Amino acid sequence: MSLTPVHIEFIAVGALWTIGLSAIGFIGGSVLGFSMALARISPSPLLRRLASGYIQIVQGTPLLVTLFLFYFGLAVIGLDSLPAIVAAGLGLVIYSSAFLAEIWRGCLESVPKTQWEAAECLALSRWQRMTRVILPQAMRIATAPTVGFLVQIVKNTSLASVVGFVELAQAGKLVNNTIFEPFTVFIVVAAFYFAICYPLSAWSRSLERKLNVGRR
Amino acid sequence: MSYTFDFSALLPYWPVFLQGVWLTLKLSALATVLGFVVGTLCAIARADGPSWLKFLVAVYVETIRNTPLLVQIFLVYFGFASMGLKVSANTAAVAALVVNVGAYTCEIVRAGLESIHKSQLEAAECLGLTRTQTYWHVIVRPAIERVYPALTSQYVLLMLASSITSQISAEELTAVANRIQSDTFRSFETYIATGALYIALSFVVRVAFILFGLVIFPRRRKLGTAI
Amino acid sequence: MSAVVSLSNVHKSFGAVKVLKGVSFDIGASEVIAVIGASGSGKSTALRCINALETVDSGEILVCGHKVHDAALDRRALRRDVGIVFQSYNLFPHLTVAQNIMLAPSCVKNMGKAEARALAEQVLAKVGLLEKADNYPEQLSGGQQQRVAIARSLAMQPKLMLFDEVTSALDPQLTGEVLRVMEDLARAGMSMILVTHEMAFARKVASKVIFMHQGKVWETGPGAMLDNPQTKELSEFLSNGL
Repeated sequence: MSLTPVHIEFIAVGALWTIGLSAIGFIGGSVLGFSMALARISPSPLLRRLASGYIQIVQGTPLLVTLFLFYFGLAVIGLDSLPAIVAAGLGLVIYSSAFLAEIWRGCLESVPKTQWEAAECLALSRWQRMTRVILPQAMRIATAPTVGFLVQIVKNTSLASVVGFVELAQAGKLVNNTIFEPFTVFIVVAAFYFAICYPLSAWSRSLERKLNVGRR
Repeated sequence: MSYTFDFSALLPYWPVFLQGVWLTLKLSALATVLGFVVGTLCAIARADGPSWLKFLVAVYVETIRNTPLLVQIFLVYFGFASMGLKVSANTAAVAALVVNVGAYTCEIVRAGLESIHKSQLEAAECLGLTRTQTYWHVIVRPAIERVYPALTSQYVLLMLASSITSQISAEELTAVANRIQSDTFRSFETYIATGALYIALSFVVRVAFILFGLVIFPRRRKLGTAI
Repeated sequence: MSAVVSLSNVHKSFGAVKVLKGVSFDIGASEVIAVIGASGSGKSTALRCINALETVDSGEILVCGHKVHDAALDRRALRRDVGIVFQSYNLFPHLTVAQNIMLAPSCVKNMGKAEARALAEQVLAKVGLLEKADNYPEQLSGGQQQRVAIARSLAMQPKLMLFDEVTSALDPQLTGEVLRVMEDLARAGMSMILVTHEMAFARKVASKVIFMHQGKVWETGPGAMLDNPQTKELSEFLSNGL
């Protein structure tokens, strides 16, 4: 038995779940990550240290270990009837939030200090300074690396297969368990990942180019 | 929550944990060195080689950067089998990690090579150096010094990513943790301890790279500034 | 006396822009030639053509017996006879001053480390910077870096030295120390071609001054020519400079 269109369809459905899980990871990670980024540059030293500690812990732990922690951890607390997508989603959200926080903090800090000063001297409140002056500029700088990180999120959803969630990599494994042609199957899986990731990578690069041209 | 934490259950396993740490370090170190060589050669090819070679390297880099490490590990592992070669899980793991980090190294080093100003090349050429001598003394050495921090970050990430090789049963820290977890049924504690070990490893590896950089780049050691 | 450098009817274009429109001049041994002119007159291009940093479209260039205009030129052999100092010094930032100077002798002439170090110290003493041998370029002032660049070229014992506006990037205070080194070289009998804006220096040190205008040699003569311009363009150029 070899790879049939039915198998490819199954793998394609897995790809759709990959996109869905990536979206969950990105949206959740963005909300949490943005709060962390703000906390990192907050005037309160306690907030800064807490956020910094969180980011360092999450960045210093492999995503796989984080996923295991959530998967087995949730089961142990008594929540083992939750679907694998929850453990996977939570793990991915935590992971993304730390990296996005660092990317966005960098972008916030790359807005020249003079912009902060000018806004302050116009008697704008801290909130107004952030939303009217700093964030619009920081967002422009942040678009390219954020899209670039989105590629990382998509690739990292492959680890959700380890906790049994049927996304693209797991779909491949299941098909392989049926037809025992691992090389062919995983080339197909890789092709699907490439089809999702390459346009995002290319977009990120073109954003970077446009940004640099704009700066000059 | 009726769960009570019991880290003491892990205590008898600390030599096993340490062995896992050591195995992860060995795996990552080997992949780092080989990946650096592969990546630097690819970077030189991509910056300065014939068009067909540039194209091949570009395809290699883009493929690696747009597919997950897990899938790459499976392909390398099963690829060896399909060629009839019987390799250990660890060998396949190192091979996959080298292929992976080689692509990222290539991009980092290539950025460094391209950051060397043309006037440096002219000066070297006008002193009579051959192309190879110019490449080594005036382009590659300062380029590596310039991108060394970026390379350090990449290799710390590699060490963390080595945890994925547990999926093909390579011997490293995560695989060890999985075994301990299934022995003790203390999954929460096991993975928290494992996470803590990886965090400690990240710190230690980063410091080691910084110290190594100070040794091999005397300019950095004496002046403390980037080129 | 056979010429050290001989240009005959050299033409050079960059794309659609014609930069050299038939340049011819000769330089004999131990002569010091100052090439002056407005930007765009082609003087730097002519200098770079002499050292084969640019290729010529037509015409002949002979330098120390090398046929520079020929596509089959052995560049490395040419560069052993010709040294060049650039406006932006182009020192290697990751090497110390001594290492900068030792690099070419050890790579090109296979000199041993001790011998190369002794040579480096010798040329550094000549430019007055022996105490900076183990410093890095970024620790030196612009004038000091330029003197190191001169020493670096001298270490290869060239027959001809080219200077491409070497003081243009320097503060006026630092210019003097570089010009003094160049004057010493001239007095010691080195054949030199300098593209320069330093009129006083040209008048004092050069045995011949070449004024270039719109890609051609417009006027040549001894340094005194600058007090007595024969053409309208040269007198305009000189008065603009004041």
